[in-house]
Amino acid sequence: MSELIVSQKPTEKPSSQWGDVWVQFKLNTGAMFGLCILAALILFVTIGPVLWRIDPNFVNPDAAQMMLSRNKSPSWGHPLGTDQLGRDMLARVMAGGRVSLLVGMVAMLISILIGATIGVIAGYFRRLDGILMRLTDLFLSLPLLPLLLVMMLLFRDALASTLGPETGTFILVVFAIGVTSWMQSARIVRGEVLAIKEREFVLAARSIGTTPGRMILRHILPNVVSPIMVAATLGIATAIITESVLSFLGLGFPPDFPTWGRLLYDGVEYMQLHPSRVMWPGLAISLTVLSVNYIGDGLRDALDPRSRGR
Amino acid sequence: MLTYILRRLLIAIPTLLVISLVIFLIVDFAPGSPASEIPLTISPEVRAKILEAMGVNQPVMVRYGLWLKQFFYVEPLVFYDYVFGTMHAEGMQRIISYQTRGPVFNLIVERIPQTMIVIGTAYLVGVLIAVPIGMYSAYRQYSWFDQIGTFIAMVGFSVPTFFTGVLLIVIFAVNLQWFPSIYDTTLQVTDWASFWKQVRQMVLPVMVLGLFNAAEISRYMRASTLENLNLDYVRTARAKGLGEKTVVLKHVLRNSLIPVVTVIAIGIPTIFGGAIITEQVFKINGIGAGLINAIHANDLPMIQTLTFIFAFLIVTFNLIADILYGLLDPRIRYE
Repeated sequence: MSELIVSQKPTEKPSSQWGDVWVQFKLNTGAMFGLCILAALILFVTIGPVLWRIDPNFVNPDAAQMMLSRNKSPSWGHPLGTDQLGRDMLARVMAGGRVSLLVGMVAMLISILIGATIGVIAGYFRRLDGILMRLTDLFLSLPLLPLLLVMMLLFRDALASTLGPETGTFILVVFAIGVTSWMQSARIVRGEVLAIKEREFVLAARSIGTTPGRMILRHILPNVVSPIMVAATLGIATAIITESVLSFLGLGFPPDFPTWGRLLYDGVEYMQLHPSRVMWPGLAISLTVLSVNYIGDGLRDALDPRSRGR
Repeated sequence: MLTYILRRLLIAIPTLLVISLVIFLIVDFAPGSPASEIPLTISPEVRAKILEAMGVNQPVMVRYGLWLKQFFYVEPLVFYDYVFGTMHAEGMQRIISYQTRGPVFNLIVERIPQTMIVIGTAYLVGVLIAVPIGMYSAYRQYSWFDQIGTFIAMVGFSVPTFFTGVLLIVIFAVNLQWFPSIYDTTLQVTDWASFWKQVRQMVLPVMVLGLFNAAEISRYMRASTLENLNLDYVRTARAKGLGEKTVVLKHVLRNSLIPVVTVIAIGIPTIFGGAIITEQVFKINGIGAGLINAIHANDLPMIQTLTFIFAFLIVTFNLIADILYGLLDPRIRYE
C-alpha cells in the first residue's frame, strides 16, 4: 500500500510559502553571510563554555598567584589573555555573549509582543485606533536613552534586593528595553492590519459569524507575520546595542557580571596598555549587530513577493 | 499654511504636557521619597529650603504644578532678567540642584556650548558627507562605489558609537598619537595655536558622531534619489535636452532632498541622546555628561529637568520637521 502512495508522488514537490522565502533568502549573499556569522557566534557562546572549561569569574584565591596571573598577554593557556584580576578573557567573552544575546532575544520578544498587540488592536478596532496611535506618538517623543538611564537608577536597587542582583537587573533591563522599543512594530502592524481588514476573506469570515477574537488569531495574525518577523530581527540588534550602552555607561549589569558592554566598560580603563581588552567584546557586539541587520534586510526582501524572481 | 502650523502647534503642547507629567511621575513613584535622596551633608536650612522648593509635603499634582511653573515661568523670567538686566524674578524659587545647591539652569547653561560645538560640527560633517555619497550611490546603482558605500553605511550604522570611539582612541591617540584622547573643555580659543589645538581635540569625537550620522542619512538619501530618478519629470528634463549635470544636480537633487531634510531635522534630538555616549567616551563636559553625573549623584531635579529638555528638543524638532515638510511639499499641506 505504501509503495503505491510513494509511486504516486508528483515528480516536483509543491513549494510551500516558507520554502519560497528560504530560496529567495539564500540568493542574498549579505544575508547568508550574516546568518553564518550569527550562527557561529551563537555556537561560540553556547557550545564554547562546554569546551573551554575555565570559570569566567575565577580569581585565584592565593594573592601571590593572583598578582602573577594579572593582565597576561595571549598565550595557549589564555588565548585572549587575562584581565586585571587574572580572569580568563576568552571565558568572560563567552559568558558575556550569552547574557548579551539572551537580553537581545528576550527584550525583542517583549517589544514585539507589546507592539503587535497594540498594532493589531489599533488596526482592527476603529474606536481604539485614535487613542492607541496617540499613545504610540507620545512614546516616540520620549527621550528614550535618558529615561532608560533614569529607570535603571530608580528601580535597579529595589529589584536587585528582592530578586538578587543578576536576575533583578536582567528583568529590569529586558523589561525597560521592551517597553521603550515597541513603537515601530506597532505602527507597521497597524498599517498591515488596516489593509488586510478590507480584504474579501475577512468579509467572508465575518459573514459566517466569526468573533473578533478568532478573526484576529486565525485570519489577521497569520497575514502580518512577515512584517513582525522583520521588525523582530532588527529589534534584536537594537536591544543588544541598548543593553551594551547601559552597561557601558555603568548603569547596566553589576560589576563582575560579564556582558559584552560591561566588558568593554571595564576594559576602557586599561585600553592604553591592553587594547585587546576592549577590542574583543566590541568586535563581538559589532559583528552580532551587523549580521543581524543584514539578516533583517535579507528577510525583508525575501518576504516581499514583489521582489521575488528578480 | 498658517492653519497647518497652528494645528501642529496645538498637538505639540498637550504632548509636551503629558511627557512632562510622565517624567515627573516616573521619578516620583520610584521607591524611596525624594527627601531621602538629599545627602546628609546638606545643612538643615538648605535642606528645608530644598524640601520647600519641591513642595514635598504637598499632593503630587501640586508638586507637579510647582515644577511646571518653575520650568516654564520662573526660569524664562530669570533668562529675561539676565538679558535685559531687570529684576522681575528676584526672590522667586528656582529649580535647585542637589549637587551644587545652586539653580539647575546655571549648570546647564555652562555645559551647553561644549555639547553644541562638538555635536553641531559632527552633524554638519555627517550631512555634508552623506548627501553626495547617497546621491552618487543611487545614480550609479549596483556599481562598485554603491556596493562599498552601502557596506560602509551598514557598518557605520551597526557599530555602536562607544566602540568606534574607543577604537579611534586606540588607533589615533594611543598608537599614532596624532590627536588627544580627552577633550579639554577649559581651552580658550584666543589665537591660531589654541584654535589648532581645539580643532585637533575635536577631530576624534566629530569623526565618531559624523560617521554614524552620515551612515544613517546616506541610506535615506540613496533611497530617496533612487525613487526620484525613475520619475517622469526626470525623463522629461532629459528629453528637453538638458545636460545630465543640470538634470541630476538641479531637478533630482532638489526633489530628493525633501524627505531627507525632515529626516535631518528629526535626527537632531536623537543626536543629543547619542552624544551622551560620545561625551562619556571623550570626557567632554557637555549636558550628556551632566545627566550621567546627576544620575550617579541622585540629583533628581537635575535629572528631571535635563530629561525634559531632551523631550522638549524632540517635540520641537518634530514640529520643525513637520512645518518644513509642509513648506517644501505642497501636497502635505493641503491634505
